[in-house]
Amino acid sequence: MDNKQNPPILEVDNLSISFQMYDGRFDQKALQIISELNIKIYAGEILAIAGSSGSGKSLLASAILGILPNNATVTGKMCYNGQMLTPKLQKRLRGTEIALVPQSVDFLDPLMQVGTQADGHKKPFPTQKRRRFFQRFGLPSGIEKCYPFQLSGGMARRVLVSTALIADAQLIIADEPTPGMGLEQALDTLKMFREMADDKKAVILITHDIDLAFAVADRIAVFYAGTIVETANAHDFQIGPVALRHPYSKALWRALPQNEFESIAGVQPYAGNLPKGCLFAPRCKCKTPRCMQESPPLRMLRGGEVRCFCAK
Amino acid sequence: MKKLRQWLFHWQQWKTPLLPMKRLNVRTKAFALTVILFSLIVTIYGVGILIPQKAVATDFAHAKQPPSWQHLFGTDNLGRDILVRTLKGMSVSVTIGIVASCISAVIGILIGIAAAVGSRFWDSVINWLIDLIMGIPHTVFIILISFALGRGLKGLLAGIAATHWASLARLIRGEVLQLRNQHYITVSRRLGKSGSWILIHHMLPHLVPQFLVGLILMFPHAILHEASISFLGYGLPPEQPAVGIILAESMTYLSAGMWWMAVFPGLVLVLIVWLIDQLGENLRRVIDPFHAQE
Amino acid sequence: MCLKAKDISFRYAKHQSWIVQNLNFCVEQGTCVGLSAPSGAGKSTLAMLLAGYLTPVEGEILLNEKPLSKKGICPVQLIYQHPEQTVNPRWRLRKVLEESGQISEELLAALGIESAWLGRFPQELSGGELQRFCVARALMSGAPFLICDEISTMLDAITQAQIWHVVCDEAKKRNMGIVVITHNYHLARHLCSQIYDLHKIQNTEKI
Repeated sequence: MDNKQNPPILEVDNLSISFQMYDGRFDQKALQIISELNIKIYAGEILAIAGSSGSGKSLLASAILGILPNNATVTGKMCYNGQMLTPKLQKRLRGTEIALVPQSVDFLDPLMQVGTQADGHKKPFPTQKRRRFFQRFGLPSGIEKCYPFQLSGGMARRVLVSTALIADAQLIIADEPTPGMGLEQALDTLKMFREMADDKKAVILITHDIDLAFAVADRIAVFYAGTIVETANAHDFQIGPVALRHPYSKALWRALPQNEFESIAGVQPYAGNLPKGCLFAPRCKCKTPRCMQESPPLRMLRGGEVRCFCAK
Repeated sequence: MKKLRQWLFHWQQWKTPLLPMKRLNVRTKAFALTVILFSLIVTIYGVGILIPQKAVATDFAHAKQPPSWQHLFGTDNLGRDILVRTLKGMSVSVTIGIVASCISAVIGILIGIAAAVGSRFWDSVINWLIDLIMGIPHTVFIILISFALGRGLKGLLAGIAATHWASLARLIRGEVLQLRNQHYITVSRRLGKSGSWILIHHMLPHLVPQFLVGLILMFPHAILHEASISFLGYGLPPEQPAVGIILAESMTYLSAGMWWMAVFPGLVLVLIVWLIDQLGENLRRVIDPFHAQE
Repeated sequence: MCLKAKDISFRYAKHQSWIVQNLNFCVEQGTCVGLSAPSGAGKSTLAMLLAGYLTPVEGEILLNEKPLSKKGICPVQLIYQHPEQTVNPRWRLRKVLEESGQISEELLAALGIESAWLGRFPQELSGGELQRFCVARALMSGAPFLICDEISTMLDAITQAQIWHVVCDEAKKRNMGIVVITHNYHLARHLCSQIYDLHKIQNTEKI
């Protein structure tokens, strides 16, 4: 894509997040949930981060916004528009420049009318704009006076999406925005993200639904065991294993019911017992002794990025 | 004003972990504190029981002495050492507190479960009863019951036990009601498990921590109520050296300037109650491993 | 043997609207049928009705022309979408498996359940790992019918394929009847011999 000449709007470099967790009743140990994760996102594109739920993708969103819980330790570097993301900057940016569409509709304040809630507090008169968005999302005008419990799941979700849009953010992080929606609604929502991206904004779409990811995204980052093993153009996923780089992405493609529905043995390693070396090595068909020893660095390959020694 | 709020905030942060022990994690700290508090309370209690009756014999030669190195808390109008009497009185009060709270907690858990698993009729009856008991001031209620049962130890125990179960029962009822609708309980039913099996295997592990903490947090209430009812003269007979009795006696001499007779026993009472309260709070942190990963 | 929903209707309270109305549906033992409908159309309610978690207000659920019995292990087992809600957070996972009756080592191995996991608490495992336990529990109960309510929606494609392969193999071996509720059209096409649209099987005489 041509806009890659511009610097990325957000660059995450070698991000690791670990938590102090209780192991048994009294001992604490550090659990590494995200390890050495790299992403770059440019204005005008949708980057989908695809991986199974509960594997820590949402933490990435929290880390970018600086809203991780206190027992988390973060290492690595994050840059927004070339500026280092410090806690102070994060506090200034979130809700204005960077907006989050949260995972669950429980994020709505149950005691606040949704209209007021969607307006937010940073700008003086967003009401006009909000009405426009509500209309576009097919939310009837009476709804702004409703409380969240009066809305259906789908409606509440659309309110959440419009909340992010009203803030007029440059970077939108959507954390699983589609579950609980029917296919049409989901595609509709994703179309809105597409429109935002076409409007020169950057969208990070965190999802476990890989079908939807390649229906709408420009690039797909494949998330496995707390890191991104491959970043590929969405087009590569349409072609199949030949175009893909990492053995895990290939296996993922083959496992889809519309393809071969073929599984591989083993499970994703979970924080606390991550293997030494390449995280995918224990399940990989083409592993070498080297893969078991050292963690492969991220490298460019055929217009994408991959963390694998063997990928060609 | 802002300063004060800030200070209050910091104080709140430090309040429960008592001492700022930096290197240990919260749970280990809480456990250590639980052990320390427990042994402290047991020591005070043990000393009170072990002191022979002789030590509190009347001795008019040393009557009405202010605090000194010989009598740290001073002596009363009959020449008895107030420190010794207070410790002895404290152990009586703690015993009553423990017995009454145990009875009360057992009533609480049984009634709570009954309300949650019984018919809708019994649930509303029990709820009405809980509201009734929580609505009437405890002191008045205990005096009524104690008086009706002829005062003394029996009346006092019955009074305290009959009034303190309500809040625990309400807590347990809520917990059971919430558990009942959990998917894992409904799945268990479909796997052919009986109601009692589910109660014992699925629910009890959730209820036991609530029960223990509720029990310990009930002690201070029970002890304070015992003291106040005895103070008012509706509880233990005057010959029992309970803290309430000691405080009641001291009132006569307070105007005569014998402040030590009231101040020291009162402080010990507050200290013990506070220690037990802290014990409960800390135990909650240890027992509940599903608390936030602090 | 067949599991049959005969003219069932359901709503939670009298003043509420019907969630399921006059529905007729039937699964033969040894077949795998899919149910699809947009969200909010009552798929999960139907799943709970079929497995006996809810009792229909009108009509009845028949197994072999007889109503489902309330006692003992229900011959229709349900697996939910969210495994973390269906295991007791204070139980070790060994106990979760034992709840279903006897443990089949073979099945655990097929599902990729490692023996080290049995001693852990649910919050120490990921959703995909927990779902394997829920599937194992349902299969080991020996029930001849299985209702799968979006069981692989939250999982990655590889785990999804893994779990479904085990379920299908086991179903074939034991001649089980399976109802697959999913919004993933490709998955339903792959697994099921027949896919019903929930709207079309309501208000009709027969399917």
